[in-house]
This record gives sequence, structure tokens and C-alpha cells, in this order.
Amino acid sequence: MRTPLVIRFLALHGRRGWIAIGLLLTLALVVVPVLNLVVPPESSFHIPTYTVTLIGRFICLAIVALAIDLIWGYTGVLSLGQGAFFALGGYVMGMHLTRASLAEGQLPNFMAYMGLTEYPWFWFGFESFWYTVLMILLVPGVLAFVFGFLAFRSRVRGVYFAIITQALTFALMLLFFRGETGLGGDTGLTGFQNLLGFDVRDAGTRMALYSASVIALALSYLLCRFVVTSKLGRVLIAVRDAETRLRFTGYDPLTYKLFVWTLSAVLCGIAGALYVPQTGVINPSEMAPAQSIEMVVWVALGGRGTLIGPLIGSGAVNVMKSWVTQNYPDLWLFFLGAIFVLVPLLMPRGIVGLFDRVKRRKAA
Amino acid sequence: MIRVFRLLVLLALVWPTLAAASVAEDTQTAAAGLASSNWREVAAALETLAELADPAVLPALQALQNRRLSFDEDGRLYIANAADDTYRDALSGEPVTVAEDALTAVPLNNPVRRILRPVIAQLQIFAEDDKQRLSAAEELAQRPNPAMRETINRALEQEGNAEIERLLNIALATLDLDSESAERRLEAVKLVGSVRASRMKPRLQGLLAQDSDGHYLEPDQRVRDAAETAIAAIESRERTAAFVSDLVFGLSMGSVLLLAALGLAIIFGLMGVINMAHGELLMIGAYTTFLVQTLFATFMPQFFGLYLLAALPIAFLVTGAVGIAMERGVIRFLYNRPLETLLTTFGISLILMQGIRMVFGAQNVRVSSPEWFSGSVQIMQGVSLSTSRVGVIVFAALVVALVWFLMYRTRLGLEVRAVMQNRKMAASLGVASNRVDMWTFGAGAGVAGLGGVALSQIVNVGPELGQGFIVDSFMVVVLGGVGNIFGTVFSALGLGVASKFLEPATGAVLAKIILFVGIILFIQWRPQGLFALKGRSAAD
Repeated sequence: MRTPLVIRFLALHGRRGWIAIGLLLTLALVVVPVLNLVVPPESSFHIPTYTVTLIGRFICLAIVALAIDLIWGYTGVLSLGQGAFFALGGYVMGMHLTRASLAEGQLPNFMAYMGLTEYPWFWFGFESFWYTVLMILLVPGVLAFVFGFLAFRSRVRGVYFAIITQALTFALMLLFFRGETGLGGDTGLTGFQNLLGFDVRDAGTRMALYSASVIALALSYLLCRFVVTSKLGRVLIAVRDAETRLRFTGYDPLTYKLFVWTLSAVLCGIAGALYVPQTGVINPSEMAPAQSIEMVVWVALGGRGTLIGPLIGSGAVNVMKSWVTQNYPDLWLFFLGAIFVLVPLLMPRGIVGLFDRVKRRKAA
Repeated sequence: MIRVFRLLVLLALVWPTLAAASVAEDTQTAAAGLASSNWREVAAALETLAELADPAVLPALQALQNRRLSFDEDGRLYIANAADDTYRDALSGEPVTVAEDALTAVPLNNPVRRILRPVIAQLQIFAEDDKQRLSAAEELAQRPNPAMRETINRALEQEGNAEIERLLNIALATLDLDSESAERRLEAVKLVGSVRASRMKPRLQGLLAQDSDGHYLEPDQRVRDAAETAIAAIESRERTAAFVSDLVFGLSMGSVLLLAALGLAIIFGLMGVINMAHGELLMIGAYTTFLVQTLFATFMPQFFGLYLLAALPIAFLVTGAVGIAMERGVIRFLYNRPLETLLTTFGISLILMQGIRMVFGAQNVRVSSPEWFSGSVQIMQGVSLSTSRVGVIVFAALVVALVWFLMYRTRLGLEVRAVMQNRKMAASLGVASNRVDMWTFGAGAGVAGLGGVALSQIVNVGPELGQGFIVDSFMVVVLGGVGNIFGTVFSALGLGVASKFLEPATGAVLAKIILFVGIILFIQWRPQGLFALKGRSAAD
């Protein structure tokens, strides 16, 4: 007997969980906007637009952390290439912003330098917002689907899979670094002004983008929660813990892995698309292998296989990063390196695992 | 050997002086013509000297070339010594004292130079020193003069060096191409074709050209046919040369890759540990080279050329020690969790990179190749590559031999292979698998250090050196097949050569992308790599 979807949805969390989500959303969607837009700048309660955008960017990165947790934490597939999907989503959005910011028939500077008189074919259609939205889902999704199909079908897994995903993002980075590729080379796409008729540098637009990121994060979280608590989620955990045994019991891991892998890539793409108008630039360095590995450590630090952990981990690392790189720029890599080394050694289940242990000790 | 060489040098130095003592009468008369401030007279004198071909005037002519030849009112020629303000007699070579203001310089302009150069070459072609003869032959082949046919023939009879013979033949053939006789032209074309001289191609193509009326410039059909054959021969040689050059260059690139990946192949292949800090081990090897170089430059500059050799064992030990420290300190706690090892070693790589950056600065450091390692090597006619490019191939071969020896001819290697095949079984038979892990990791790291020494001679040494190689190295190991050193060798060399041959069509970056995509697709087809292990050890 199938449970109606609404009931399944409401069962994602207990009462306390829903209240917490509601409180967080109120904080993010009511309190922050009020403090930013209504409270005057002189007040010590005022949140400057800069901070709002910063939080908005962190929230986009938290979506990536969720996506990584979905495939690594729950399915046991470690990808070192999620940055590629993130950047692809970003580039798609960047292409729209570029076209929307220029007058009809006008080309971005880097194309004029290349001697082009019209947009290359793959820029077709990006003046339309809805086409762009479709592409944000399709470009990372299709790439992930094809790549995943090939890899999972021939049972590439574990460290092998990690290495070839790293090669994937590295190859894409090289491709996008080339000026001839037609996506701005090493400067990437920048100089964005206009999104749906609004100026992206405007405080109001910034707030809207931030709010969109918050909503996207909330929806992504609920979607991931839905996936991992469903029967599908059980199979994913089985893939992680005993793939061979699962195969012998009649399941084909390919379908499950492919689904969750593609979903994860799409989530990363959405995050990238929301991230780019808030930073104002997208360039190939987002595809550098080191970026993708850094994303993985957010999940490791927070605690994988928990969904809450990655949110905590990505928040903690990014807040720390922006603070340390501002105050002690030389020491940041030591910090980050230490997290990478110490987390697997001392807290293999991350921050969430640490809390659990404390809780259990109290209970005992 | 050295004594013989010294004797030769002595001879070469003394020989002109000896010869000058008995300068022939007509040579002296002709040389006297040089004592003129009118360049036309000088040129005429040179023509006469060219016919006489007396080596006694060589010092005088070389002095003229360097603007050191002067004459006084009596028509006597003097050479200004390069070292100081003294003079010597141009023909006898004896030191003389002469007032500088009494002298007039022999004029040297471009027409004189044009005549002078082949005359010098014609005289030098009999020199003892191979290098002098070679440069003379080079000159003759470039600008042959009909007056020199005799000399060239004589030189050919005595010549033992194949390259010089080739150049002299080209000189003769060039002369004959202008001959009235169709037979001689035909012979010349055949000769040019048989020595496959690229530089003669335009001349031969000129023979096939037609004037505005559609008549061939070369009237004889046989000569034209021979020219076509010769052009084809030359072009085929050029293709071969380009192919060999690409191949060697590709092998060299592959060797660089191999040196970068070999340590990784040991650690990943034999232990199953993903060492993301591998690139930083390469970097530490390169920085060790830098330090050794600095030490040599400071404390024993006379042995500077040897620093590279000294750096090899030191880099091996330094990076090996870093590797052992990593293994003992961190990695051994994570052996059954490969994905965590990956993250941990990435953290170590960040720390090492930033540490080096804080000690040595973010800029690249300067590692200069010793003299014997710079310069170039001629591989075949028309193909020469820099010594470091060729040297890295040799070095890679040596390192592979070392690794092979370590793995298949030592006790440690035996134990390593035993542990790799079946850890529990090896342990129950008394192999201290824990210690074997440590030494394997140390050896892999040490080999990375050796790679770092080689890389320091080829790429810029900076804190990010390792980052540039890590993905490539993993691709090499994955393509070659894990746990198989020779698979790594094949895949590294194959990737190097393939990318070199792709480059002209696609450019370096696109070639790399194509290869990566190729590898990713290849793994779908053969997940275990090119040379998969068979049997139990292959099971995961």
C-alpha cells in the first residue's frame, strides 16, 4: 500500500524538526531582510548588503555540500569533480547574464578580441531566461548522466571513480581556460548587470538572490531528506555498505547510483547558477581539482551521511575561510590542511558524530 | 687520450708559425696586394690568394675578418694581437714593434667579406681540428666558388669525417648545377638527392620551374626527372626527421611523466593508497636539488657541475624520510579506509605546499643546469634536441631499472610483493607487513624525489610544481594498470608520444583534453588498465 505523498512529506521530520526548520526559515527570510532593508545603516542591528551576499554565497555552497553528502555520505561514491557541475551551472547562468547585460547585437569584449561577429552556436538561446533555467538543469545533468552511465556500468568505483572524476574536472578546466573555447578563457564571464530587468548589483536584487538561495537550500534539503528516508535511500545505503551483496539479492546498483549521481550534479548546477550572480564572476578556476576536494572536506568535517552535518561543515569551513584569509592569509592552507588530516583521524563521523557521542555518553 | 689531445692542440697552435717561416714567393706577392686602402684591390688580392690556396695566409685573413689586419707605408702586413696592443707580422707570425699611428687598417666591407669567407673556409678545410673543418665545409656548402673546385676535390680525398664529406659534396654539386654540360648537371642533381640535403630543395625546385612561355628553365628532361626524384628523396628524409624528432620529444615528455608517476605507481599500485601529496614529494625533490645547488655554489664552486649527481641520493633520502614520516604519522591509521586516506594526504599536500611557500617564498627558485647537461644533442641529420630532454629519457630508464631491482632482486621487494598479493598470508609466514608498508611508502616517496630532481631541470621550480603533475600522474597509473610497474612505463611513454603527435593538429591543451577523455573512456572498457593483473590479487 502506498502512502500518500503529502503524508510522506510531512513524515520527513518530527514536530521538533519542522519547528526548527520553520524557525530557521523565518530567521533567514524575514529577520535578515528586515535587518538589511528596513533597519537604517546607522543602527548596530543593520546587516550590510555585503554580508547578505556573503551569506547567500555560503548557502549556495551548502547546497553543494548536500549534493556531495547524497552521493558520498549515503551512496559511498566519492566524487572529486562536483566543482565541475557547480561551475557548469555557473557558466550557464553567466552566459545568460552576459547576454542580458549587453544590448541586442552587441558582443562581449573577449569575443570582439577573438574577431567574432556573432555569438558561437552554443550561446544560442541564452538571451531567454527560461531556456537558461532549463540549461542549468540539463547541462550538468546530461554530462553527469553520460559520465555516470559509462563509469557505473563498467563498475568503476572507489578510488578509481574519485580519480577519474578529478580528471573530468581537470579536463574541463583546461578546456574552459582556452580562449578559443569561446567562454572568456581565464578571465571567464563577468561584468554582469541585468537579471530579469533588475540590476544585479542593486541591494534589492541581492536580497532577492539571497532569498532564492535560501529557498533553494530548503527545497534541496527536503528533497535529499525525502530521497534518503525513502526505500530508494535504503538501497543507496546498501550500495554504500555492501554493493556486491546488493547485486546478488537482485538489485541493479547502476540505476540507483546513476539516479543519485545525476541528481547530485543537478543540485550542484543549481547552486552554481545561484552563486554566480552573487559573486559577479565565473571563471575556470572554480573547476580546479583542489576546489572540488575542498567541497568534500565540508562534508567530512560536518559528518557524512547525516544531511545536517554537511550544512554545518560547509558553513563552518567557509566562515572560517573568509575570516582567516582576511586576517592571516598565510595560515589558511595550514588550517585547511589540518582539517583534512585531523578529521578522518580523530572524528571520522564529523561534528555530528561528536555530538552523538556526547549525547550517548550522557544517556549512559 | 688527454695527452694526445694536448699534443694536437700544441700542433695546431704551432703549425701556422712553422708554415709561415717558409712562405712561398707568389703567396707573398699576392698577399702584398692586401696592403691597400682600396677595397677593390683587396678583393682582387683575395681572388689571387684563393687560387693559390696557401694556408700560410690563413692567420692574416682571419685577422682581416676580425678587423685586426693593418699595413704600413712599406706594404708590410701586421696583425694586432687580441690580448694586448702588440703586433706581429702577418705572414711570419713573429712579434714586431710598430707605432700604431703608422698603420692603416685593411678595409673590410660586405663585398670583401663575401669573398673573404669562402677563402678562409677553403684554407681551413685542411685544418686538424674537426670543428674548424666542419665550419669551413659548412661555409663552402653555403657559398661555393667555382675557383675552389680543385681544393674541394683535394679535401674530399683526404677527408674522413662523413658529415664534412657530405657538405663538401653538396658544395661540388651546387657548383655543377650551374654547369653547361647536361651530364654534369644530372650527376649533381643525383648527388644532391643521394645526400638528401634539405637546403638544396629550393635549387632543385628551381630546375622544375617554367618561364612565362611555359618552357622549362632546365632544358634537359633527364635532369628534370632526376630533380623530381631527388626532391622526393629529400622530402621523405624530412618527413623521417620530423617523425624521429617528434618521437624522441614525445618519449622525453613521456619520461617526464614516468618519473612523476613512478613513485605513485609504487604507493598506489602496491599499497592501494591514494597519495594526493605525491606532487608535493616531487616538489620537495626539486627544492632539495635547489638547496644542493646552492650549497655547491657557495662552498665548492669548482665542483658545481657535479651538484646534480649529488642531489640524486640526497633527494631520495629527504623525500623518502618525508614519506616515511607521513606513513608512520598518519596513513597507517587509515589503511582500510582508502577514501579518507585520499583526503588526509590532500591535507598533507596543502600543508607541505604552504610550508615550502613560507620558507622559500611564493616565487619560483632558480635551478640552473650544469654545463654538461645544457646544450643539445644531434640524434640524426637534421634532428637535434636539448641535452636535458634526451637526458631525462636516460634517467627515467635508470630509475625504472632501480625500481625493478628493488622490487624483483631484493628481500624488501619480495616481501612487498608478498604483502601485496595476500597481506594475511604474508603476515602468517613471518613478513612484518607493518614494516613493509613503511619501507614501501618510503621507497615510493624516494623515487618521487628522484623524479623531482629531474623535473627541476625541465620545469620551473615553485611551490605549485607538484599540483601540475598530480592529475597526469594518476592518469598514467590508472591507464597502466595498478600494481604493475611496466604498465606504468608503457602508459607514460605512450601518453607522451601520443600527445606529441596530436599536438600539431590540436594544440597542446586540446591534445591533453583529448587524451584525458580517451583515458576516461578507456577505463570504461578496461577498468583494470592496460596491463591488468590476473588471478586472485586482481580481486578487490
